[in-house]
Amino acid sequence: MSEAVPLKIYYRIFSALMVLTAITVGIAFVDLGYLNTFVAVSIAVLKATLVLLFFMHVKYSNRLIWVFASAGFIWFIIMVAFTMSDYVGRTWVEAPIPLP
Amino acid sequence: MSNDTSSPKVNYLNNDYSIKSWLLTVDHKRIAILYLIAISFFFLVGGLMAVLFRFELATPQGDLVSAETYNKLFTMHGMVMVFFFLIPSVPAVLGNFLLPLMIGAKDVAFPRLNLASWYIYMLGGTLTIFAAISGGIDTGWTFYTPYSSTYANTAVVTAGIAVFITGFSSILTGLNFLVTIHKLRAPGLTWSRLPLFVWAHYATSIIMLLGTPVLAITVALLAVERGLGFGIFDPNLGGDPVLFQHLFWFYSHPAVYIMILPSMGVISEIVAAFCRKRVFGYTFVAASSLAIAVIGFFVWGHHLFLSSQSVFAGMVFSFLSYIVAVPSAIKVFNWTATMFRGSISWETPMLYVLGFIGLFSIGGLTGLFLANLAVDVHLHDTYFVVAHFHYVMVGGVIMGYMGGLHYYWPKITGRMYNEFWAKISFLLIFVGFNLTFLPQFVLGQLGMPRRYYFYDAEWQTLNVLSSAGASVLGIGYLLPVIYFLYSLKNGKIASQNPWGAKGLEWEVADTPPDPHNFHEIPVVTEEAYAYAKEAH
Ligand SMILES: [Cu+2]
Repeated sequence: MSEAVPLKIYYRIFSALMVLTAITVGIAFVDLGYLNTFVAVSIAVLKATLVLLFFMHVKYSNRLIWVFASAGFIWFIIMVAFTMSDYVGRTWVEAPIPLP
Repeated sequence: MSNDTSSPKVNYLNNDYSIKSWLLTVDHKRIAILYLIAISFFFLVGGLMAVLFRFELATPQGDLVSAETYNKLFTMHGMVMVFFFLIPSVPAVLGNFLLPLMIGAKDVAFPRLNLASWYIYMLGGTLTIFAAISGGIDTGWTFYTPYSSTYANTAVVTAGIAVFITGFSSILTGLNFLVTIHKLRAPGLTWSRLPLFVWAHYATSIIMLLGTPVLAITVALLAVERGLGFGIFDPNLGGDPVLFQHLFWFYSHPAVYIMILPSMGVISEIVAAFCRKRVFGYTFVAASSLAIAVIGFFVWGHHLFLSSQSVFAGMVFSFLSYIVAVPSAIKVFNWTATMFRGSISWETPMLYVLGFIGLFSIGGLTGLFLANLAVDVHLHDTYFVVAHFHYVMVGGVIMGYMGGLHYYWPKITGRMYNEFWAKISFLLIFVGFNLTFLPQFVLGQLGMPRRYYFYDAEWQTLNVLSSAGASVLGIGYLLPVIYFLYSLKNGKIASQNPWGAKGLEWEVADTPPDPHNFHEIPVVTEEAYAYAKEAH
């Protein structure tokens, strides 16, 4: 927080975000099979990380800020992982008696 | 210090009487009073709805209100009570008032943001009242899809926006408390010396900050699907209705801990003061608050055992739901151990502690029944569930809130309430509450589903008992309104520390506190609840 971040950095991050947006749109027209969602979400996470680190100044902040910023990320992972334990796990255990 | 009761002095209540000085105040103590008034209003609204549908349920047929009105009544009751009473009650009223006093600060870290939180809360509340008038809402407070997104023709979007807005009040309060506790502690007030009330609010704030955004997004997605036809929860549009339940309960189970943790903090304060002992196992009680905040996020799937959730996820969530009971049990055992060989005095706040321990234990233990995969098949969506969460929320949260209001009333207002009537009121609340909800455990076990308008005639006796209990409970809640208001003008003037309690808020701050809390920054030299030194 103490020293101002040079404007140049903001412009660079902004253009990186724009390029990644273009890639997201472009790749939507290419069928990657089961990788479709994976690629789209990965790019989104990358963009979110850039915003967090530079626009929201986490990169230049102290450790306490890092703890809270990572907590938000970890909590998001908890939400996705345990929700997927339902969606992925639906075929794992079969009913002991075949359903009518 | 405590014998200057006769000399009038400047305090936060008498330094300015204008309406503007209240509505534009940035004093955390005045904001707490603003919340107290607003929350009491919403409690009254939610309570009146409960009285209405309990009267309806006194007979198996529908006679007092129509089926549609009945659905709207229990929905609005749940929504108002959860979002506008239970969640903000202890943190926004007692937390706002006490946190800065307890940690020796002049105010919270962001006083203007604090006032903004109150206005956001009022905006959400007004919108909810508007939703109630303009068609009401009949989805149940849980807004389950596909009913809420596709079929309900009530004011779902308005109510959703109201919940969305109110969520930000909660998020900003949590943020404010976290920064306050990290940055504004008085010299000498280390983490291991923090009052347990502060620890509880720290844990609560973490949940508010990490959970509430998910609720906001979920109701926003619901509104987007309902209003604009985007496919998120509707299978015809490529969505999944169970996804709503996952997202909703990711917030709403931890929300139970947003409600109960601050109340537990109050109980820790009262139990120490009225047993004249340091809380037994201070470190464990503090750490269990954090454990509840974290583990509470891993159990939401216990609401989906019968919603086509995978068996694997069911087993994981069932196991974790048993685990989350451990830190709560640690607290109950430690409070009991604090009472052991304490010199207990039996004023009203202590009665609420005993009420909390008894009723919350029943609420928590019946939660374990429901966390069991097989038992839940029988009990899911029956009155057993209704009784369970009312034991946690009324028996837990309201006991803590009422206990705290009585305990801190002299500090907040400078006047003592009437002890006799307070005890009568406690008795009515305790008896009325049990009369209302014990029969519901039996009803649920017998198979009576919740949220039904008609029921089988054989269940009438138990339902009449429950409705009768609700009336007693109602009177029990009205009494404090009378004797608290009466005490404002006619109550005995409170000394600086009427309970002889430990802590900066009692020992150093004036009663009622100075507009700036402390005349000079206090320095803390001892651990919390150092009562033992006096006893010897
Ligand atoms: Cu739950």
